[in-house]
Amino acid sequence: MADRGTQMTVTVGLSSCGIAAGAADVMAAFEREIEKRGLDVRLRRTGCIGMCYSEPIVDVDAPGAGRHTYGGITADQVERIVDEHIAGGAPVDEWLVRAEGRDLPDEAYYSRQVRLVLRNAGMIDPESIDEYIEAGGYAALEKAVTSMKPEEVVKEITDSGLRGRGGAGFPTGVKWDLARKQPGGKKYVIVNADEGDPGAFMDRSILEGDPHSVLEGLAIAAYAIGADEGYFYVRAEYPLAVKRLGIAITDARERGYIGENVFGSGFSLDVYIKEGAGAFVCGEETALMASIEGRRGMPRIRPPYPAAEGLWKKPSNINNVETYANVAWIISNGAEAYASHGTETSKGTKVFALAGKIERGGLVEVPMGMTLREVIDEVGGGVPGGHDFKAVQLGGPSGGCIPREFIDIAVDYESVTKTGAIMGSGGMVVMDDTTCMVDIARFFLNFTQDESCGKCTFCRVGTKRMLEVLERICGGEGREGDIELLEELGEQIIASSLCGLGQSAPNPVVTTLKYFRDEYEAHVKEKRCPAHACKALITYGIDAEKCTGCTLCTKVCPTGAIAGEKRELHTIDQDLCTKCDACRRACKFDAVTVD
Amino acid sequence: MEKTALRGEDAADRLAVVDEVASKYAGTKGALIPILQNVQSRIGYLPTEVMERIGEKAGVPAAQVFGVASFYSQFRLEPVGRYVVKVCHGTACHVQGAGAITEAVCSELGVEDGETTADGKFTVESVACIGCCSLAPVIMIEENSFGRLTPDEARRIVREYGD
Ligand SMILES: Cc1cc2nc3c(=O)[nH]c(=O)nc-3n(C[C@H](O)[C@H](O)[C@H](O)COP(=O)(O)O)c2cc1C
Ligand code: FES
Repeated sequence: MADRGTQMTVTVGLSSCGIAAGAADVMAAFEREIEKRGLDVRLRRTGCIGMCYSEPIVDVDAPGAGRHTYGGITADQVERIVDEHIAGGAPVDEWLVRAEGRDLPDEAYYSRQVRLVLRNAGMIDPESIDEYIEAGGYAALEKAVTSMKPEEVVKEITDSGLRGRGGAGFPTGVKWDLARKQPGGKKYVIVNADEGDPGAFMDRSILEGDPHSVLEGLAIAAYAIGADEGYFYVRAEYPLAVKRLGIAITDARERGYIGENVFGSGFSLDVYIKEGAGAFVCGEETALMASIEGRRGMPRIRPPYPAAEGLWKKPSNINNVETYANVAWIISNGAEAYASHGTETSKGTKVFALAGKIERGGLVEVPMGMTLREVIDEVGGGVPGGHDFKAVQLGGPSGGCIPREFIDIAVDYESVTKTGAIMGSGGMVVMDDTTCMVDIARFFLNFTQDESCGKCTFCRVGTKRMLEVLERICGGEGREGDIELLEELGEQIIASSLCGLGQSAPNPVVTTLKYFRDEYEAHVKEKRCPAHACKALITYGIDAEKCTGCTLCTKVCPTGAIAGEKRELHTIDQDLCTKCDACRRACKFDAVTVD
Repeated sequence: MEKTALRGEDAADRLAVVDEVASKYAGTKGALIPILQNVQSRIGYLPTEVMERIGEKAGVPAAQVFGVASFYSQFRLEPVGRYVVKVCHGTACHVQGAGAITEAVCSELGVEDGETTADGKFTVESVACIGCCSLAPVIMIEENSFGRLTPDEARRIVREYGD
């Protein structure tokens, strides 16, 4: 894409994470410096390439010299890149993170990935339909509507083995076939872009980086099931995704990829965006449809499934963003090519959002069946700062924590489920020895309790009771019998809740109890937090051997709890100390202790 | 998005906003939530008389409008500050010390989490995941996200907005 004749191309990654790291300033600096020197350079934007840990990211492509990628660039560094690399032809080696033919540190992040869903992410300008088309876009839609029957499209998807990427892993082709076989008349297709799992950002990155790929997948699904109206339900917190999707829909309509009589085939499709309004439960499909209809987003009992009775009671097909993003690739390359990746029961690839205590946090796409260790250590670079890996959280509030013993399991639907966690939508939050597992369980229960829609008693009241017990334990007030009480409540909520939210809400507690029971016991019986994370159970002190009396901690303490003159040992007034950790972070001599 | 363009102006203006927004959605099915979103982005929050008028215009009982508005966390029934400081408390941010960020922002502004400063400039709010998890901990003010924060940097950013 980059080699347009002899012109050099500079590409700045402008996704939400890039912008949060300062990419907009970097873009402005390039504009300024290039203009100032009157250079003939094409400056363009792209979406998330996945290396969030290296944002802001800048690519310099020179014809014949290949692609050079700079990471962690600030506006101040731009002038030197323009002078030496763009004008002078000599890359600034010390800021490079990746370059063809060189063994740079970020190579490992890429070499293990297989990018089908993220085929264009970080490569094309997401606001340019031309770049999408140049990269092969909308060829699959044309192929489907002009040369395949709807049932052939469904068969291709079924044969590929694609399973829903929204969490449950239901076979996509089977779902489409159910909707297709419903009697004709009005049908809908819906994209679930609610991405409620806190700690996951796959869908945001796909929509920001390659919105047309999802739209094309949606259009193919509409053709396959016989729908003529589609909705994107996008989370309220994703303004950039909404904006780029809006541009994509307008451009695609203008070019005739959606709208009336697509490719002269007689197939027509209208597409709309609905913005969510901040409710986790609206990610659940029946609640989502209630929300599109303008009602409170409360789930209802299934069956009937959406395929039979969905939006406005019409047959509807709902899939996750990533599920749709696979579709055009499968239609273009064939089911067999897709199924050649992955394992026996989990075909293809999966996108994961790596975050938490990990060296290279970002977005990765790997073949199903890669081991957790490979994903975390080889692709993600492991736990930083000399700390020990303790667990990885998969599946968010419905999932669980997988401990170190299982780090060699293959990442596929079945193996992950065996551990008690779930594959979920792809959030992977890595935890180290400073993370308290009881606190994590409390964190998730606080979330689900807050997000419970209140319709059924077991979820509404049960999660509240569980949270109370967990708060008590973290607060140093744990009682004999609390652990057993958590187990009992967990079983009942799982068995009796109406929707997936309640049925899975106890999972974070159940899995941490299973693998980290000793931590719960330390909290309850010894009133001790082994990770030193629960404030009620720790005390700050100053190590007399290490303290040099520099007074730095007395200055940063927001409550004035630390006393001490210059070159004298400092002391902490426990009554005033709020355990904010400012002193420990500030101390240059490692003299602040936490017990 | 969070701008309170009509703050302090009278109720008649607010109702005029409702009428204007509602007329844009006339005949659209399922428009209640977009109408609420649109109205809130213009006047900052949803006072009772505004919800009643939306009900009239959209042809749904006021109780249903209130039911929907109170169900979704995006809708505010009370006025908010000029800037809403959203401190992310998603999983990644929690693990990376979001608690200390909230403490820093709150102590800088002299309010508790969820409160608005006396001058009406800032509201501090906890949210669940802004989607920049690999840059945790993260805050968002208006549509700008700031990542890889320390408590001190969070204070500095808030201070700059105050100037
Ligand atoms: C509480 C709850 C929240 C959910 N949140 C999401 C979500 O944010 N995104 C998503 O794609 N699916 C979510 N789901 C799953 C959907 O109900 C549905 O299964 C999915 O959209 C189907 O798409 P798929 O087959 O492509 O995975 C959620 C389910 C539950 C029970
Ligand atoms: S957890 Fe904070 S941005 Fe996702």
